[in-house]
Amino acid sequence: MNSTPSRSLLSIEGMTKSDIEEILDLTDTFDEIGRRPIPKVPALRGRTVATVFFENSTRTRLSFETAARRLSADTMSFGAGSSSLSKGESIRDTVEVIEAYGADVLVVRHPAAGIAQRIDNWTDALVVNAGDGCHEHPTQALLDAYTLRKHKGSLNGLRIAIVGDIRHSRVARSDVLAFTMLGAEVVLVAPPTLLPPSLEGWPVTISYDLDEVLPTLDVCYLLRMQNERISEGLIPSVREYTADYGLNIKRAATLPKDALICHPGPTNRGIEIEAAVASDPRSVILDQVSNGVSIRMAVLFLLLGSGRNLGATSELEGGQ
Amino acid sequence: MSLVIRGGTIIDSEGEKKADVAIGDDGLITEVSSNLKGEEEIDASGCIVTSGFVDLHSHLREPGQEDAETIETGARGGALGGYTALIAMPNTTPAMDCLAVIEQVRALGEKSVCEIIPTGTMTVGRNGEQMSPMGELVDAGVGIFTDDGNGLQDPRLMRRIMEYSTGLTHRLGRPVVLAQHCEVEALSSGGYMHEGAWSSRLGIPGQPAEAEELMVSRDIALVRLTGAHMHFQHLSTAGSVEMVRLAKQEGLPITAEATTHHFSLTDESCASYDPVFKVHPPLRTDQDVIAVRKGLSDGTIDAIATDHAPHTDHSKEKSFDEAPPGMLGLETAFSVSLEDSGLDLPQILALLSWRPAAIAGVLDRHGNTVSIGAKANLCVIDPDITWTVSGNLMASRSSNTPYEGRRLRGRVRHTIQSGEAVVIDGEIQR
Repeated sequence: MNSTPSRSLLSIEGMTKSDIEEILDLTDTFDEIGRRPIPKVPALRGRTVATVFFENSTRTRLSFETAARRLSADTMSFGAGSSSLSKGESIRDTVEVIEAYGADVLVVRHPAAGIAQRIDNWTDALVVNAGDGCHEHPTQALLDAYTLRKHKGSLNGLRIAIVGDIRHSRVARSDVLAFTMLGAEVVLVAPPTLLPPSLEGWPVTISYDLDEVLPTLDVCYLLRMQNERISEGLIPSVREYTADYGLNIKRAATLPKDALICHPGPTNRGIEIEAAVASDPRSVILDQVSNGVSIRMAVLFLLLGSGRNLGATSELEGGQ
Repeated sequence: MSLVIRGGTIIDSEGEKKADVAIGDDGLITEVSSNLKGEEEIDASGCIVTSGFVDLHSHLREPGQEDAETIETGARGGALGGYTALIAMPNTTPAMDCLAVIEQVRALGEKSVCEIIPTGTMTVGRNGEQMSPMGELVDAGVGIFTDDGNGLQDPRLMRRIMEYSTGLTHRLGRPVVLAQHCEVEALSSGGYMHEGAWSSRLGIPGQPAEAEELMVSRDIALVRLTGAHMHFQHLSTAGSVEMVRLAKQEGLPITAEATTHHFSLTDESCASYDPVFKVHPPLRTDQDVIAVRKGLSDGTIDAIATDHAPHTDHSKEKSFDEAPPGMLGLETAFSVSLEDSGLDLPQILALLSWRPAAIAGVLDRHGNTVSIGAKANLCVIDPDITWTVSGNLMASRSSNTPYEGRRLRGRVRHTIQSGEAVVIDGEIQR
């Protein structure tokens, strides 16, 4: 066990409001870099970022790799499907091998909760949790908070509904912590079977009635609904879920005009969100995606860069 | 006269007295009085001399998983923990569901430093479908049957096994004991820790307390129907303890055990995500821990068991979901009981020694009073010494102790197995 607190980014839990605000402030800089004709700076030249994904994901992996390349870091990637894990190698051995190849940061995704924390105990490299089971997905919460702050100026006093399969959602766990820390009020909207078994200590309210909640919201955050929840006996059918909890055009009309619609992706059009609603002017879903790259640049820079004193460095000037 | 234990205070089921104990070459106690002399003497000054402990629930992993534990190493750990008898769980590979495997375990046990008492499975291969050859195994002296590791899911088959067991009493010379791991898998499967506030926060899927309690409730009803002797293994929830309390008041032939970890640790431990804290049944809440301690203190729970479950380091270096459940217990059970059970020393000794010995049907040689003519299965405890738990220093082939690094008070100093000093001053002698 490490006796000193790790510098790794494992969860929103344990972060302070000022930790989060520091990352969001820094992200503005990287957002600007992303809009340059050549969106690349030499800040992390010579450093290596490894994406270590024990669970399939295209979007998150691409987002991290894009962020690393814009910072001029080298990248390597490990995917469980086509790897030595299928030959029986343990996670610990895999991690030690990747570290031996010279990785400075391991960006880890795994279908089980807690694995990023375990890996952090096993390696000297820094670890970024890119989603661990049903536990947390901290960079998603940071990019969500950044997106809301950009559109609303601040999260303070916002009323945010998170709608859908909260029980199995690492996004929801991280978002609840980040949004409430930044002063927002969070209401979870889902049938009881899709809520965590206990909400003791969660700073949230609960509703089973999306129609009642929608007119009161500043943000409606929809989660992905997965088909396997039906075979698990958690809901009767996708049809009934969509009828009760899907954001369709009729419902979207009751959402205030200046409210925002968010989704971590990938969306199931026609299930949790009607196709036309995804392209509603209030939808910031694609904005979330592009902000994801900027947030991950900020996170990698804070972990690996020359420090927090941005004024004293030329690392953010354009490279060749 | 060959061996004398000098200067200790005897505590047994009849009380407490200061006396030396002399043991003859035949392994029987020859004299209990003051100022005894022997060819070999063991110092017990400042220590407690008591009957050896009996663990109703040890996983010794042999045959099948000898990389995690063997009967020899498990017995060494047991002897270091003050045990003179270990009831070996039958979830080996192959399972102890036939005479051949039982005989193999017995033969390996003969050479070890504890008495190894094999149990039989309730169903063939622990498949939960076909009754094991209980009559044949009873004739070979097997007195406890269990599918431990799993509960027997099918209530109809459970009823039949209970009925069948009552017809074997005359062949065993006492009632056959059926030991149940209470877990309704339809409720528990896919869960890796106790379901509650901590599991919800950690994102680890949980097993509700009701998964255990439904089977306790079912089996109490079936005991009422059949009259079989049911022993509930590792009770872990407040609801289970209360149901057993009421069933005993009703006079049903029921006994129960609790493990040291279920009265010393809670689900909060899982916040480290270290699978060393993964165990079935899972670590529960503070309220459950309090209920288990109360059950031990008021007699509802008859025995402290270890559920000693060795697993190699590499098998525990997995995600919490994937790692196998189970933790070591034999070398820490006494000290953890002294620290965390809230019970006084005589109560703890009863729960570790003579009460489990009675359930196992071995009172003729374990858990006896320290008196002339009794088999010398004894241990000597230093209640004041403190020590630090280290999995790597244990005799077990594995190191998955949940108490790593913890300072504990009280430790077993010597262990006498059938008159032979197998542990002296915390060191195994052979």
